[in-house]
Amino acid sequence: MSEMNNTLLEVNDLTMDFGGLRAVDSVSLNVCAGEIVALIGPNGAGKTTFFNCVTGIYKPTNGDVLVHPPEKKSQKINGFKSNRVTTIGMARTFQNIRLFQNMTVLENVMIGRHCRTTTNIVGAILRGKKTKRQERETVERSYDLLEKVGLLDDADEFAKNLPYGAQRRLEIARAMATDPFLLLLDEPAAGMNPQETKDLDELIVRIRDMEKIAILLIEHDMKLVMNISDRIYVMEYGKEIAQGAPMDIRNNPKVIEAYLGEETDA
Amino acid sequence: MVNNVKQSVLIALWFVFLTFPLLVVKVNTLKNIVEWRWINMLWVAIGAFALSIVWRWAMAQRQLKSKKAELGEEELAKPGFGLRLLEDPKIFKPFLVVLALVTLVFPLVVDIYQTNIMVLALIFVVLGLGLNVTVGLAGLLDLGYVAFFAVGAYTYGVLNSFFGFGFWISLPIGGLMGALFGIALGFPILRLRGDYLAIVTLGFGSIAKIVIENWEEVFNGAKGIAGIPRPGFFGAEMTITAATTYTYYLMILMVVFAIFITNRLKDSRIGRAWMALREDEIACVAMGVDMAKTKLGAYAFGAFWAGLAGVIFASRNTYINPNSFTFMESALVLSIVVMGGMGSIVGVIIAALVLILMPEYLRAFAEYRMLMFGAVMVLMMIFRPEGLIANVRRKYTGRKVTTEGANV
Repeated sequence: MSEMNNTLLEVNDLTMDFGGLRAVDSVSLNVCAGEIVALIGPNGAGKTTFFNCVTGIYKPTNGDVLVHPPEKKSQKINGFKSNRVTTIGMARTFQNIRLFQNMTVLENVMIGRHCRTTTNIVGAILRGKKTKRQERETVERSYDLLEKVGLLDDADEFAKNLPYGAQRRLEIARAMATDPFLLLLDEPAAGMNPQETKDLDELIVRIRDMEKIAILLIEHDMKLVMNISDRIYVMEYGKEIAQGAPMDIRNNPKVIEAYLGEETDA
Repeated sequence: MVNNVKQSVLIALWFVFLTFPLLVVKVNTLKNIVEWRWINMLWVAIGAFALSIVWRWAMAQRQLKSKKAELGEEELAKPGFGLRLLEDPKIFKPFLVVLALVTLVFPLVVDIYQTNIMVLALIFVVLGLGLNVTVGLAGLLDLGYVAFFAVGAYTYGVLNSFFGFGFWISLPIGGLMGALFGIALGFPILRLRGDYLAIVTLGFGSIAKIVIENWEEVFNGAKGIAGIPRPGFFGAEMTITAATTYTYYLMILMVVFAIFITNRLKDSRIGRAWMALREDEIACVAMGVDMAKTKLGAYAFGAFWAGLAGVIFASRNTYINPNSFTFMESALVLSIVVMGGMGSIVGVIIAALVLILMPEYLRAFAEYRMLMFGAVMVLMMIFRPEGLIANVRRKYTGRKVTTEGANV
């Protein structure tokens, strides 16, 4: 385990109820700088709900979500709207891809820059020096990000016309455009073929190493998870049943029973 | 082909059968005889046959196109003339010059009646451009847009009759009042989407009209406000003809102004946020866009133009009453946006001119106006759902290139 002083995200006893249904039951989790942390579990275990609580789409019933941005003061972000969470520095992707379909690939990434730029209506109309500079920076930064995820050639294409794997990568680029210190990926490899998964695997490691962005991901692809994760949390029926290094998780009888046991048959 | 003809013949026969009692048999109750108008039968048969053939051909074309699009064979290499007109500078520049000349000379050539109609059409162009931001860019369906138009018109009317405010002071106030009401409407409906949003805005439009109709002390109720002065020009005395011509040029200026501003906004941080909001609200917020601010901005901006247009409308008519601000006007402006192509500025301008000028010049068919209007709308939805001129997305040319030269 890493030392506590460079923890980025600290979730304590997070609980989420929907009426009488407890979707997430006092789950604690933390992510440190430079880590890739995976959250796994069978379908319906509450992983995505957990994500939604952390990123402000739901307000958790109980528990704390604390962020410790590097070089900034720590904050408790329970119930913050998701745009504020993103502005603080945690960006996410979605399980069922949510791109801006009728906008170009480049524009999709440019939206990510929204919270780091300040042009208002008056500024946009007058188009002064500052606006022009910001616009130029936004375009250049977006091209850079597209290059990093290998979509530079498709910059002027509509997002809806991209192949599936490319759409996933575009979502990652869009999230990275918000300058996050932590990237939350919700099943980034879902629906990808083995080659695409392998590329994604490399991309995620590269993001951590080159961009110094920590990563928390939900994933079903065990090979990917075991390959790249530094630590793994396992959830089942809303509860956290195990955590540890990939090796420990692989041999944990509780996890095998809950999840991996079924996987080996498949 | 043979099959098509066979089907069309059957359809023609069916229509003959259906319309037989209405169009062929005519009972003259005075003379107690039955007139048989066989010639009508022939016309129905020919008409139905021809329509059916055309319809079948159009549907086949459409199917062919969608099949091609599915296979990814759509010829992107040769854009239509409309697109070439806008994108190719060789055609675009001369076209613009000719257009500018025609616009400038127009009121000098035609009589005051034509100019007056054109002013009305231009008012609707501005309304269309404003609503285009709210509906076309930000995707917020607004069925009560005419309320903001009324706010603008009555701002001028009331300020003038109570305080003697002139046109030029009232113009910005009218715009700001529109924007203010846009925000006031925006707040309660921030969380609504789609159908719910449409219904609430529809209600807002009706409320505005009812308030105006019943608040006698301020708005003079159904009698309306009369004697609103035309736009002044440094206090110069003008004949009605001169004033109309002046209003026309004023409107042209305003349209150019509106195009300029909406175009700039479209290609800015704000415009992109509006589009993202339209595409996917959850993702948009998750990417750090403040939903409340962005939505209110879109409402206020759209309403601002309606307010401005309202002031000019009041000064053009010199008389306003609540009947100018019915749901029909909202529907008309919305049709302009839909027909022109959501988010497309040129499309909206063309659609506004067509939808306002056509009924004026086709007075002979006035009875069938709504029928034709409906038919045009249905046909548009089937054959060109993206509008007359589809919104062209801007391409940011290459890397390290600044973002000069915007598309329309």
